[in-house]
Amino acid sequence: MRHLKLIPSDTRIPFVERRTIFFVFSALLVAASVALFAVKGLNYGIDFKGGILFDIRTQGPADLAHLRRSLTSLDLGEVSLQTFGAPNDVLIRLQQQEGGEEAQQAAVAKVKEVLGPGVDYRRTEFVGPKVSDELFWDGIYAVGAAILAILVYIWFRFEWQFGLAAVIALVHDVLSTIGIFSLLGLEFNLTTVAAVLTIAGYSINDTVVVFDRVRENLRKYKKMPLSELFNLSINQTLSRTTLTSFTTLLALIALYVLGGEVIRGFSFAMIWGVIVGTYSSICVAVPLLLYLHVRRAGGAPGAAEKRAAEEVR
Amino acid sequence: MASSLVYFARWKVVLILAVCAAGAAFAAPNLLSAPEAQSLPSWLPNKQINLGLDLRGGSHLLLEVETDAVIRERLDTLVESMRTELRKARIHYRGLGVEGNAAVVTIKDSARAEEAKDLLRTLDPDTLAELGDGGKLTLTLTEKAIQERISSAVDQSIEIIRRRIDETGVREPTIQRQGTDRILVQLPGIDDPERIKRLIGKTAKMTFHLVDNNGSISEAMAGRVPPGAMLLPSIDETDSQGRPRMYLVEKRVMVSGENLVDAEPTFQQGEPVVSFRFDTVGGKRFGKATSNNVGRLMAIVLDGKVISAPRIREPILGGSGVITGRFTVAAAQDLALLLRAGALPAPLTILEERTVGPGLGADSIAAGKIASVVGLVLVVAFMVLAYGLFGVMADLALVANMVLIAGALSVLQATLTLPGIAGIVLTIGMAVDANVLIFEYIREEVRAGRTPISAIEAGFSRALTTIIDANVTTLIAAVLLYSFGSGPVRGFAVTLAIGIVTSVFTATMLTRLMVVSWLRRTRPQTLAV
Repeated sequence: MRHLKLIPSDTRIPFVERRTIFFVFSALLVAASVALFAVKGLNYGIDFKGGILFDIRTQGPADLAHLRRSLTSLDLGEVSLQTFGAPNDVLIRLQQQEGGEEAQQAAVAKVKEVLGPGVDYRRTEFVGPKVSDELFWDGIYAVGAAILAILVYIWFRFEWQFGLAAVIALVHDVLSTIGIFSLLGLEFNLTTVAAVLTIAGYSINDTVVVFDRVRENLRKYKKMPLSELFNLSINQTLSRTTLTSFTTLLALIALYVLGGEVIRGFSFAMIWGVIVGTYSSICVAVPLLLYLHVRRAGGAPGAAEKRAAEEVR
Repeated sequence: MASSLVYFARWKVVLILAVCAAGAAFAAPNLLSAPEAQSLPSWLPNKQINLGLDLRGGSHLLLEVETDAVIRERLDTLVESMRTELRKARIHYRGLGVEGNAAVVTIKDSARAEEAKDLLRTLDPDTLAELGDGGKLTLTLTEKAIQERISSAVDQSIEIIRRRIDETGVREPTIQRQGTDRILVQLPGIDDPERIKRLIGKTAKMTFHLVDNNGSISEAMAGRVPPGAMLLPSIDETDSQGRPRMYLVEKRVMVSGENLVDAEPTFQQGEPVVSFRFDTVGGKRFGKATSNNVGRLMAIVLDGKVISAPRIREPILGGSGVITGRFTVAAAQDLALLLRAGALPAPLTILEERTVGPGLGADSIAAGKIASVVGLVLVVAFMVLAYGLFGVMADLALVANMVLIAGALSVLQATLTLPGIAGIVLTIGMAVDANVLIFEYIREEVRAGRTPISAIEAGFSRALTTIIDANVTTLIAAVLLYSFGSGPVRGFAVTLAIGIVTSVFTATMLTRLMVVSWLRRTRPQTLAV
């Protein structure tokens, strides 16, 4: 029986040789992302910006113009209305109200009064200024701490060069995710941060698999030039890398298409993260090792690897 | 050659199968309806997965106790007793008031400052007395006292909120402290929390005062409030210009709501009223005060606003009475409820609200189910295409993995949220990774010309460290997500972490067991991986 192969067994794609192209592309990607973030900023959801959100379902198709008129008449500042999914599903966003937490509550009550009965409130969220501030900083700390912890772990398991290369690839993935969110104006909220952290975990997962092979090959081929050795390691793991990314994408696309509106931004971030994470592991993290003076000895592998290495022989 | 990787000790086989069986047993109650699961005998696994509010529908409220008010109140009391003591001792002073966490006063006659210090320092044992320049005496509340006061105020608030919510008949509310001064309230099944918010939002401090009949309202409104009196607005009456009607009432409290033991909504002459009953102390005090003041007006004050000010027609000696006002039936019910549950030690602020209606929750579950099943089918089909028989084994492990996740969620009673479902779908995609790694190594070894047994052994052994390294990093991300995240995001971290652990188990143990059993039964000469 012939099995399906996404990638032929013996590829010799010169990834490391072409590294300049990848580095330029990645540098542009990161620079564009940072620029977009600085200039255009992110479309923060109420988690981080504070404010009020209603997800309502009207009887019959929603009359947006009428809704907008009656909501604007309340004088509650910026009101955004948007239908999604069905024509009778409307998402209403109000900006954070002046005057502390009580003012937000008063606004919620006013909107409910104006919309009147016959409206199904599917979701009501209100985040006050205090909490939105904390959630924002908690998100920043979480992403920062994750990157740091991963750096330390890889450093401990491999060598600092590997840790640094992995983290550069990781920051590349995180920044470009922020960039794509800014470019497309997608809502950036708590679940997006969760997605970014998962991307961090996933991208590192990919990188570690290739690095593991690099380490193994460093012990096996003592004479091979480093660039050739790195390229061999990438090609040897290429089949696995693409297969896993493919199955993960299969599941995520199912989630994106069928998982409903609430989770769509999250699935989008994950899909982007899997693609960019796979790319960065192969085309950024490993070629970067060339510039970081990886030592031939392969560092000080833990007892477990030594045993594993001996068992192979 | 007899390595541990291709031969399993019998006890290991039993253990692996036992873990899978336990997972299935603990996951099984989820196939039943909720009442059916609850009726299972207690020796059987009977816990179902705990659904988060975003899936079952309900309201999540994050409240903050206004701790400043608690401290301020304590300092105000201290200031009042300082005033009394200084007057009694005939010590002249000025500038008596509150500054930050301290009560301050300046003693005019600096010769008597030390005497004043000794006199006042004992008033509140939790303060530190300090005498500064120019006879300025500062009584500062200690940090420990402040923390204790805040802590007890939060505990008390939790208790009062619980009583109020219980009275409304909400089932299974969760009310817990978060951080130092916050309270998290979760109300499953509540899609319009307005009434609860109204009930929680009231401090409900009720006091009875005599209406001042010496001063004039117009004088007081012009800023000349007579000593010992205060100007309070009516809760619902307005004057001709639409402003709230003002009452001038005595500061002195006749009786306070703390002495109430019961309150019920009822009707008097067809109007909704609230009847109440005092405890013995309150009843006596109320009886005495009403006996001495027949004919005067008595203001019933709730949270600084006058509900009504009826005339005392006769002494009320039975320890019970009625509060009249311009109530609707619902308002009378709510007031009675608040009085029964007691007053909050400090006002509460709602910092965050997230409410999901039952419709959206059900839709989310349905969408999550479809996405999971479709994702699972796609991955299962792909694995068979890519690896044939080995793919089937990986698929069996994947299904076992899903069962283990469901079992673990049920046993741990972790909350499954919508992002949590996303975590499961992600796990479906990533779980086969460990198997893919192993199979790729085996392919490689087969190509290098090894025999099936040694190729399989080498495959598992080489993949193991990679699998551990790769999964520990994802686990790090999951742990951080859990510690920094809140609510739904935590749910995601939990399923992600459980998924990582179970997928490593199924890939390195269960798949290996299947591969090894197959190997020993068929003894293949070549491997078609």
